Amino acid sequence: MKFLNKSLLEVRNDIVSKKIKAVDVVQESLSRINTLDKELNSFVALNDKALEQAEAVDKKIQAGENQGPLAGIPIAVKDMFCTKDLRTTACSNILKNFVPPYSATVVKRLEAAGAIIVGKTNCDEFAMGSSNENSAFGVVKNPWDRARVAGGSSGGSASAVAARLAFGSMGTDTGGSIRQPASLCGIYGIKPTYGRVSRYGIIAYASSLDQAGPFAGSTKEASEILKVIAGYDEKDSTSSAEAVPDWTQNISTDMSKMTIGIPKEYFGDDLNPEIKKIAMNAIEILKSKGAKTKEISLPHTKFAIPVYYLVATSEASSNLARYDGVRYGVRIPSSDINDMYAKTRGQGFGTEVKKRIMLGTFALSSGYYDAYYKKASQVRHIILKDFAKVFSEVDAIVCPVTTSTAFKIGEKIKDTISMYYNDIFTTSVNLAGLPGMSVPGGLASNGLPVGVQIIAPHFKEQTIFNISQTLEDNIEKKVPHGI
Amino acid sequence: MIDEKTVEKIANLSRLSLTDQEIKDYSEHLSNILKHFEEVAKVNTDGVEPIVTPTPIEFHSREDEIKDQLLPDESLRNAPERSGYLFKVPPVIGS
Repeated sequence: MKFLNKSLLEVRNDIVSKKIKAVDVVQESLSRINTLDKELNSFVALNDKALEQAEAVDKKIQAGENQGPLAGIPIAVKDMFCTKDLRTTACSNILKNFVPPYSATVVKRLEAAGAIIVGKTNCDEFAMGSSNENSAFGVVKNPWDRARVAGGSSGGSASAVAARLAFGSMGTDTGGSIRQPASLCGIYGIKPTYGRVSRYGIIAYASSLDQAGPFAGSTKEASEILKVIAGYDEKDSTSSAEAVPDWTQNISTDMSKMTIGIPKEYFGDDLNPEIKKIAMNAIEILKSKGAKTKEISLPHTKFAIPVYYLVATSEASSNLARYDGVRYGVRIPSSDINDMYAKTRGQGFGTEVKKRIMLGTFALSSGYYDAYYKKASQVRHIILKDFAKVFSEVDAIVCPVTTSTAFKIGEKIKDTISMYYNDIFTTSVNLAGLPGMSVPGGLASNGLPVGVQIIAPHFKEQTIFNISQTLEDNIEKKVPHGI
Repeated sequence: MIDEKTVEKIANLSRLSLTDQEIKDYSEHLSNILKHFEEVAKVNTDGVEPIVTPTPIEFHSREDEIKDQLLPDESLRNAPERSGYLFKVPPVIGS
């Protein structure tokens, strides 16, 4: 490894200053994918024009043209983002032949910044899952222990960065799908504020919760990628016109004016002691750097899982109505149109997706709407208010991301409830639209990585990056064996 | 409790054809999940407005002008079946 062991900032500077060539950097990424990914299964499609595109970047640099902040940098993109002329499936059989005629805004912005999209990464079908075991392309293996899951739903994106197959990757996070795999794979992953990043061209799961964000090997790499993709997009009516600061330039590790909230509901007696130890260690580091701490309460935390699954599945049942075998995707032929719809959907969707469509349809159906969907949307409002109250007293919250380290492949797949409750520390953040990040906190005694979650008020990603950098500077960096 | 009859009804509303085994499995799965989710009923939500989006929605007006557009062939290139510039489907009204 000549390039991918370094920071993307350093490699980008070397490319722009003509010390190295983008084409060599992209070649290294592709070679590593060809060898290491046979086992990991992070990628479901490769961009066969990647080298050509890298050569074009090199030519522009030779010609003295100004290059973007990600010039020549190999980036992987979750298979939930539409990529023009590159197959996009949401890791579902129903879209197995779909080749988008346009790219998501995020993809366009990455390309405009000079990034080279090396391929599409594996995920749970339609981003529904916490282990990447629901993919039509098979499970992703964790680079730290290949018998274990990489997390989900953005498992391939997390695994690809942890194994240094690319410098960064794009994920989507509806209930924890960036933060949880980042934690289980020992890397950095941020879900920005709802509205920070355009959802245009991202295959929708639950539109009021979905948000795209980057995975990277360090705080500054994550902030640099986020800067490229963030900002208002007229193609997404929920995207925000809030100014996008230069987070990377502005990072400050002065913690003396910082008050960190420690939510007592996240540190209950049933919390895994190793997870607790790593979260408390992070809090101690911040204290030693001058931060004040305060115990806080988020009293409706225990309702977040039911509220999340009721809201998310309701939205999903509506969003996934479009896969009907008419305009794109797979069609199971029939002489009757309703029979064609039902067969196409019945055979095209996987078990978990069908389960969630059914749950959402039930929650929205006549006679149950008030008791389930409406009630959940009211409790969601209460959860949002709980955070607003807390953020009048503290600048950020520091807490665990996951309930355990990466679990074994197959260990939880039969137990839906246990799988859903994996998301206990992450879903509230989506319900409230807040920015949240998973930062490597160290290794548990089993040698597997554990992330620490940082949550901030709406649009305060800078606070998150400041805390992330402080932890990064004070926690020994670990990488998977053999990577 | 979601019995098999309710599962069949929801499957029909969802336009999903399910096997007998799936109907059985989903009846059990969905009942089990909803049992856990009934906890939300305990929260007092009197006078609380339901929210559908976590951040305030901003309204941006723009000029009504043609920008990047897809040509008909591009728009239709993923169609399972087409006829000229139309998506082709089985008869909607019984023959």
